[in-house]
Amino acid sequence: MRSRNDRASTRPAEVLQYLVLPAAVLVLWQVASDVGFVRRNILPPPSEVVLVWYDLITGSTDAAARYSGSWLGHAWASTWRVFAGFAWGATLGIVAGLLIGLSRAVERMLDPTLQVLRNIPVTAWVPLSLVFFGIGNAPAIFLIGLGAFFPAAINATHGVRQINITLYKAARMMGADERELLRRVILPGALPSILTGLRLSMGIAWVLVVVAEILAVRRGLGYLLNDAYLFYRNDVVIAAMLSIGLLGFVSDRLVVLVRRALLTWNEKETFGGEH
Amino acid sequence: MGSISVSAVSKRFETGDVDVTALDAVDMQVRDQEFVTLVGASGCGKSTLLNLIAGFETPSSGQVVVDGAPVRGPGPDRGVVFQQTALFPWLTVEQNIAFGLSLRANRDKGEATPIVERLLERTGLAAFRKRRPAELSGGMRQRAAIASVLAIDPSTLLMDEPFGALDALTRSIMQDFLLELWEARRKTVVLVTHDIDEAIYLADRTIVMTAHPGRISEVIEVDLPRPRRYEMRSTAAFIRLRDHVTQIVRAEAMKGTAPLDATAASSAMPDSAMTATMNAHTK
Repeated sequence: MRSRNDRASTRPAEVLQYLVLPAAVLVLWQVASDVGFVRRNILPPPSEVVLVWYDLITGSTDAAARYSGSWLGHAWASTWRVFAGFAWGATLGIVAGLLIGLSRAVERMLDPTLQVLRNIPVTAWVPLSLVFFGIGNAPAIFLIGLGAFFPAAINATHGVRQINITLYKAARMMGADERELLRRVILPGALPSILTGLRLSMGIAWVLVVVAEILAVRRGLGYLLNDAYLFYRNDVVIAAMLSIGLLGFVSDRLVVLVRRALLTWNEKETFGGEH
Repeated sequence: MGSISVSAVSKRFETGDVDVTALDAVDMQVRDQEFVTLVGASGCGKSTLLNLIAGFETPSSGQVVVDGAPVRGPGPDRGVVFQQTALFPWLTVEQNIAFGLSLRANRDKGEATPIVERLLERTGLAAFRKRRPAELSGGMRQRAAIASVLAIDPSTLLMDEPFGALDALTRSIMQDFLLELWEARRKTVVLVTHDIDEAIYLADRTIVMTAHPGRISEVIEVDLPRPRRYEMRSTAAFIRLRDHVTQIVRAEAMKGTAPLDATAASSAMPDSAMTATMNAHTK
């Protein structure tokens, strides 16, 4: 089984395993462009994207022209929106999910409505949210929060429901009152599932920030991507795409880190993959 | 303190359209500090009876009284040891043992640290105090679960097939471990098991139950000397008791399968015929 200690001493063979796929993609992409298999203005080679991306961030070479040096502002705008939407959506989702898991009465009151709403794609909310909130941050944060809400809620409910009934009975037998049951049994028992929900919510938040920024605002990586597309700057488009991918990846790692810090106990009885 | 009085208790469960009578007019008295085992084939209602005393279930009729007060729900005066070990997977062994004492209901039971220390020592888990349940063997887990219940010092210990999930060797070691704890600090114990040897070996009295509906069939005084020793299992007195209980339980179990006996006898033929053929092939 994998353990954290193994990871510190990564062997050369493992480094290779990590690098095989990205290296192959980059090489193929570069070659395809160099031999003229694809037109450079449609799919610029990685060598060009890197230069444009560099200027996008530093503003030192003007390779990105009108976008030169604008990266930090866009990246910050997107990140901020993601976390703002995630914060309200996931918080509300966890609370609603816990309540549904704890009480059949609350389940009857909330669950049917939520199940119907859940099946409306968040993108279908775009027109209404623009009409309602106007152009700007508000509709973006609304859409992101809406998307983050459902996985957080569903996983919190599942987290409560899968708690071993014997643990619940044992705590009651020892004299735990309602508050102690919630704080000492239900919450820690549901935590692994809650954190799984947060991870999914974070993923959805990054999807929706792009949708929202294409439609509702004039800043952010989604806006940059769409604007560069309109100006036929596919190199900037690709740089923006990769930026979103990387920031999404870093956010996901953050949630995983929180998970690791909180759950030192949950990984002992799982497969965890081969070495 | 830890006397239990079960009077005219019946319990019916509604499952769909049919009512199942799990217990029918059961009377049972357990004295303070007595070790009683409930034994019987599956479905005889022995676990239901334990759950009624624990307060997880309420009787359909009749009354369960513990220490003079009718049972209204689970409580720390009646510690329950479950077959599926009730340890919190996110807590270490010592945190699990301290759990009960950290609850508001048990504030007056003394400071946790010395109690936890004593129990870690007694259960031989001191070296494993920082381990989590998933890192322990089945026997160690059940010892930790027993320790976590003993920490709140209940006057009564209710055990629902506590060693049922353990292998035979570990089970017999755990039985001696339990007796040792009990000899050192006597409590009222009601232990449910389907293991007849275990039922006799541990008990002052063994209550044999029969099914459909669940009733007490016989109460057997186990007059073997204490402290019990593993070797006693091969004494004539032990074997006599075991054969007696086995007969009751088997007769009961056969009742349900009586029409099948004929089929069982006839199916013995093709079986042996098949073995013969297989032998012929391997030769």
